[in-house]
Amino acid sequence: MSLSPEQVKQVAHLARLSLPPEKVGPYATQLSNILQMVDQLSGASTDQVPPMAHPLEMVQRLRADAVSEENRREAFQAIAPAVENGVYLVPRVIE
Amino acid sequence: MHTLSLKELSDGLKARRFSSRELTRHYLDRIGAHDRALNSYITVTAERALAQADAADARLAAGEAGALTGIPLAQKDIFCTAGVRTSCGSKMLDKFVAPYDATIVRKLDGAGMVMLGKANMDEFAMGSSNETSFYGPVKNPWDLERVPGGSSGGSVAAVAAGLAPVATATDTGGSIRQPAALTNLTGIKPTYGRVSRYGMIAFASSLDQAGVVARSAQDAALVLQAMSGFDPLDSTSVERPVDDYSGALGKSLKGLRIGLPKEYFAEGLDPGARACIEAAVKVYEGLGASVREVSLPNAPLSVPTYYVVAPAEASSNLARFDGVRYGHRAEGVHTLEELYKRSRGEGFGAEVQRRIMIGTYVLSHGYYDAYYLKAQKVRRLIYDDFRRAFGEVDLVLGPTAQSVAFKLGDKTDDPVAMYLNDIYTIAANLAGIPAMSLPCGFHQGLPVGMQLMGNFFDEARMLNAAHQYQQATDFHRQWPKGFE
Repeated sequence: MSLSPEQVKQVAHLARLSLPPEKVGPYATQLSNILQMVDQLSGASTDQVPPMAHPLEMVQRLRADAVSEENRREAFQAIAPAVENGVYLVPRVIE
Repeated sequence: MHTLSLKELSDGLKARRFSSRELTRHYLDRIGAHDRALNSYITVTAERALAQADAADARLAAGEAGALTGIPLAQKDIFCTAGVRTSCGSKMLDKFVAPYDATIVRKLDGAGMVMLGKANMDEFAMGSSNETSFYGPVKNPWDLERVPGGSSGGSVAAVAAGLAPVATATDTGGSIRQPAALTNLTGIKPTYGRVSRYGMIAFASSLDQAGVVARSAQDAALVLQAMSGFDPLDSTSVERPVDDYSGALGKSLKGLRIGLPKEYFAEGLDPGARACIEAAVKVYEGLGASVREVSLPNAPLSVPTYYVVAPAEASSNLARFDGVRYGHRAEGVHTLEELYKRSRGEGFGAEVQRRIMIGTYVLSHGYYDAYYLKAQKVRRLIYDDFRRAFGEVDLVLGPTAQSVAFKLGDKTDDPVAMYLNDIYTIAANLAGIPAMSLPCGFHQGLPVGMQLMGNFFDEARMLNAAHQYQQATDFHRQWPKGFE
């Protein structure tokens, strides 16, 4: 499997990454090489093999339905790049 | 003082032969003298360290000291440290001051350890040479023209050069073991779920595990003990008592069954490294272990499996970096989409971007079954191989890396060649089992490491096997020239 420069641009869009035009070509080559290496998997016989998402066959732990975390809004907003009056600032999305 | 073991340091502190402040000052001086050449620290926290040392000295004076009280360490810069920059080796987090401590930071602080600083690393732990760090590459103390391995390159360089007696590290595909092998250290990645991941910046959540790099199995056992245990703040933490690692270090190896996976001794292993590992096998036989060949037939598929699973998880985990809540934010943007794209385009380096794109691609509509689901099935085959092997043997022994440390820049233009550095280490992460690397000789003047892999939660047995080998050999006591 290889990726064309157009596909790289599409994947970068899905991943919300801006790529300068001069990087698209080198990325297409490198990502294609990685996918070619990954293609070895297609030779493995995996009929009837259940997928393994996680090394420990565990289920999600439950806890009592009680408040366990204190409000740390100010500490978390103190490290944000742009806040005002307790809200995070982003470019205008609604005209 | 920097050549002493942790036990000797603790004895010296308790006997008041030196104070924690003197010991800490000694390491800070060594960092000042040597780290310009190595670049092993991103941030040195001298004031915080001396304050912790004074608190440790008070505990020592009051007779309230534990085995690690007053002993300095380096924390890999992937662990959140409240009030101290936590960069993860990335421009994205260059100005990020964590609002809370990782569980292991809290535990080691609580044990009275003194944090000297935050160790350099590959960006977001993605790399095998420590060349992807935003803060520049780390040099190998054994040869400054060579890489220390990665991603925990700063942790190993600091410990190997005596700029910290011990360091924390993390391992997603070999990031503790491969750099330990390249710098003559003992590094252990415990069983998945043994050490809390809370406050450890996530790369691939089903593979990431924290551990230790040290100058002996004995030192590693002490620190791993203090890090391990159930943590309700980590949803994948295991509720199971922690074995007594230091207490297990006296056992004879008579009757220990060691398996040599034939796939790990096939083409690709450097003959110089192979000779060191074969000699180590003889040492184990001399110590009473029985050795036989085992097979991990799907191990050769570890690298392709990993380069689907890990990027897929990474692309999801790193979606949180949006330029809004924390981390780098692009200037002069006019739309929300542009804010996301430019912040991420500017904040992430090339290797991180490659993995995010591979992950996004293999999870995208139409490719999910062919890549992600297929890789998860092969992951189970790899896991089943280990289950079979551990029905026959107690430990699996093989190489950690294909050869000795390579030169800076040798593999930076070829991601696939770089990925093959982890060919022997990745399988343990995919299966979730504990594994470690320890020094077993030198080839062309550079360290060679061997790898031990154990069954789930069998860290104590593995550490003892490493310790017994280190009682019979002195490779781990060798120092790089210029740093004695």
